[in-house]
Amino acid sequence: MKYTTETIMLGAGAFLALLAAAFAQDSLFQSHMWVLFFVLLASTVVMVRRVSFAPAARLPKSVVESEYFDEVIRYGVIATVFWAIVGFLVGVVVAMQLSYPGLNIEPFFNFGRLRPLHTSGVIFAFCGNALLATSFYVVQRTSRARLFGGNLAWFVFWGYQLFIVMAATGYLLGITQGREYAEPEWYVDIWLTIVWVAYLAVFLGTILKRKEPHIYVANWFYLAFIVTIAMLHIVNNLAIPVSFLGVKSYSAFSGVQDALTQWWYGHNAVGFFLTAGFLGMMYYFIPKQAGRPVYSYRLSIIHFWALIFMYIWAGPHHLHYTALPDWAQTLGMVFSIMLWMPSWGGMINGLMTLQGAWDKVRTDPIIRMMVIAVAFYGMATFEGPMMSIKSVNSLSHYTDWTIGHVHSGALGWNGMITFGAIYYLTPRLWNRTGLYSLRMVNWHFWLATLGIVVYAAAMWVSGIQQGLMWREYDDQGFLVYSFAETVAALHPYYLLRAVGGLMFLAGGLIMAYNVFMTILGHQRNEAPIAGTSPALQPAE
Amino acid sequence: MTDKHISNTHTGPIDDISGVTTTGHEWDGIRELNNPMPRWWVWTLYATIVWAIGYCIAYPSIPLIRDSTKGLLGYSTRGELKTEQNAATQAQTAMADRIASASLQDILANPELSQFAIAAGSSAFKVNCAQCHGSGAAGSPGFPNLNDNDWVWGGSVDDIFQTVAHGIRHPGDDETRFSEMPSFAEGLQPLEIRQTAAYVVSLTGTPRDPAMAEPGKALFEANCAACHGENATGNRELGAPNLADAIWLKGEGEDAVAAQIRTPRHGVMPAWLPRLGETTVKELAVFVHSLGGGE
Repeated sequence: MKYTTETIMLGAGAFLALLAAAFAQDSLFQSHMWVLFFVLLASTVVMVRRVSFAPAARLPKSVVESEYFDEVIRYGVIATVFWAIVGFLVGVVVAMQLSYPGLNIEPFFNFGRLRPLHTSGVIFAFCGNALLATSFYVVQRTSRARLFGGNLAWFVFWGYQLFIVMAATGYLLGITQGREYAEPEWYVDIWLTIVWVAYLAVFLGTILKRKEPHIYVANWFYLAFIVTIAMLHIVNNLAIPVSFLGVKSYSAFSGVQDALTQWWYGHNAVGFFLTAGFLGMMYYFIPKQAGRPVYSYRLSIIHFWALIFMYIWAGPHHLHYTALPDWAQTLGMVFSIMLWMPSWGGMINGLMTLQGAWDKVRTDPIIRMMVIAVAFYGMATFEGPMMSIKSVNSLSHYTDWTIGHVHSGALGWNGMITFGAIYYLTPRLWNRTGLYSLRMVNWHFWLATLGIVVYAAAMWVSGIQQGLMWREYDDQGFLVYSFAETVAALHPYYLLRAVGGLMFLAGGLIMAYNVFMTILGHQRNEAPIAGTSPALQPAE
Repeated sequence: MTDKHISNTHTGPIDDISGVTTTGHEWDGIRELNNPMPRWWVWTLYATIVWAIGYCIAYPSIPLIRDSTKGLLGYSTRGELKTEQNAATQAQTAMADRIASASLQDILANPELSQFAIAAGSSAFKVNCAQCHGSGAAGSPGFPNLNDNDWVWGGSVDDIFQTVAHGIRHPGDDETRFSEMPSFAEGLQPLEIRQTAAYVVSLTGTPRDPAMAEPGKALFEANCAACHGENATGNRELGAPNLADAIWLKGEGEDAVAAQIRTPRHGVMPAWLPRLGETTVKELAVFVHSLGGGE
């Protein structure tokens, strides 16, 4: 590869970042452009070292064209593991900050800046890279076609990492639009839009040139995820920058319309990023790991379209009992209830695919991880519709119950299914006979599962207690607790949450080590997991 | 498994383990079974849809040009809030009216009224006062403890009412409490300030270096006694705190006292009468009076 164009583009980008830093209208934009400049400069240096000046004709050509494009997926797996550790670690830090406010270190590391770093780190960096890597892997294999667009996939991968770095450094500098899960400011949003369109082109192009007659169900879900996220991202981030050389922008919407747009986005970020995309992942890796056919083709069609149709209307349940008109609250709630079965369709298809292979849950920790992921998915997608019911919401809203809910989804569903996919992918992508250690996968499974249980249980108790204390009146109709008293009462649960998060992080570190050793080609000398060898000895 | 593209019939080979036919498609080794959708799943989906339609008929749901359908139940969140607020107000009206018309002394004298006023004041305290004075009214540096009998502006129920109603240094309130301790950074030498501070701390019975504290006595009498009194027991008319007890408002120890002499900090508190109304301020006064130090 010559890489000449790429190197020139990177160098030009670095120069533009330098100019932007020089003419910045505010100090935050200046700092952020310096960050961008150094990132692009370092990338340029790396690329310059790889430029080949050999004549084009001598370069090996089209040798790899017939094979799958897996190098970018290898990078994607490593990035997923890396961002997993970062996201979980920051999560533990913010959990400790909530227990011990003294741990807030002004100005860069206080809770207000680390919290979006944690949420974006987990959702966009960890889950986003998992979706990029697995979607590239799955679409090639189920279409029997190499990724469309040549090096465009590299642009998608590195462009997405640049988005993550710009978003993360922006949070620490204090740059935010104040929209949950959409905190990056306008210029970072524009960059993500460009990357996302390229992603859509790679994915859709691969599907269009497929050699299979039908499009596999996993690819429907991935495509729904990519298309819908593009729409959500663009609409929710419509804003007018104060200056093209400054960080601040103003939303195109105002008042309650702005709130509704934000939660239309926020809810469907969960619906399409963390649900549809990950269902795509599930529909490939569970049948592959279990070696069984998908349970019901018909169910997959019906629940796909039902899910896609229902999810997009459910956002207003985030705004119950606010200035949002009653009719919108009603519709948000009833669509959330109707969403229950379409969500569960994925759970049924995932679990029932194990029909005839249930013994593997005992012997294969990877399939066990995938099963627990689907179980948590089922639990979270029951809990969600329940919490959208207004009378339940009046107790649960603004409490830690919501935090418990999203974490049983994020840690249980997104985390576990991703871990399963990573353990599936790593030996195959690096051509190893197997993972470095299956026993470590088992350790990871139990640490993560117990961590989630501790976390979610603590947050349920904490959230319900919090909600009940807020609404506690005595028999004369007077408020019983001050807000500070409710905060003080939650301290033990906050500590428990940090413990649960720490267990989940420990599991993640074990995974990172296991993946690292597998890539290096090592195999741990260990006894097989109980059950894999016959328990009964033949009679003599 | 080649050429299994039979899209019209959707039937392929039978899966040996389950005995169910497959759809005949295959992707990277993955096949799909021809299982029907679980009945309970389909019926539950239908049930949620029927329920949703019913709910939309009963409650506001369909947006129209200027408004929306009202729903058969005539429900609105604002209406529900109003009803609950009215019910809550209604339940307390009889007692609240009696509090409003009674004098503070009458309230204290009547156990039924004072019990209600204390409960009401406690509730208002949690929302409005706990932020500075703490949930248990124990205060913190700069914010007085309201549980003890050390009062800057007086501990009778009328004094407390006056303080709560008009606040301290509240701009725009003619009756607000106002004390002015000047800075002595100009008038006293650094050593003299330390000597005065040593003397003030020694008044609480804490042994101090006599070489520091004794010269401080004369300095105190010359500079401080006018407001804080000969015995340093304070003057509530002026809001000058008692310095002879071991209760410190701004901070404990010689350094803190010296800092206060050099650059005095002046506390502020909002006037609550315009915000909360007379009845609630009365209830707050009775509540604070009941905490233990009321006079």
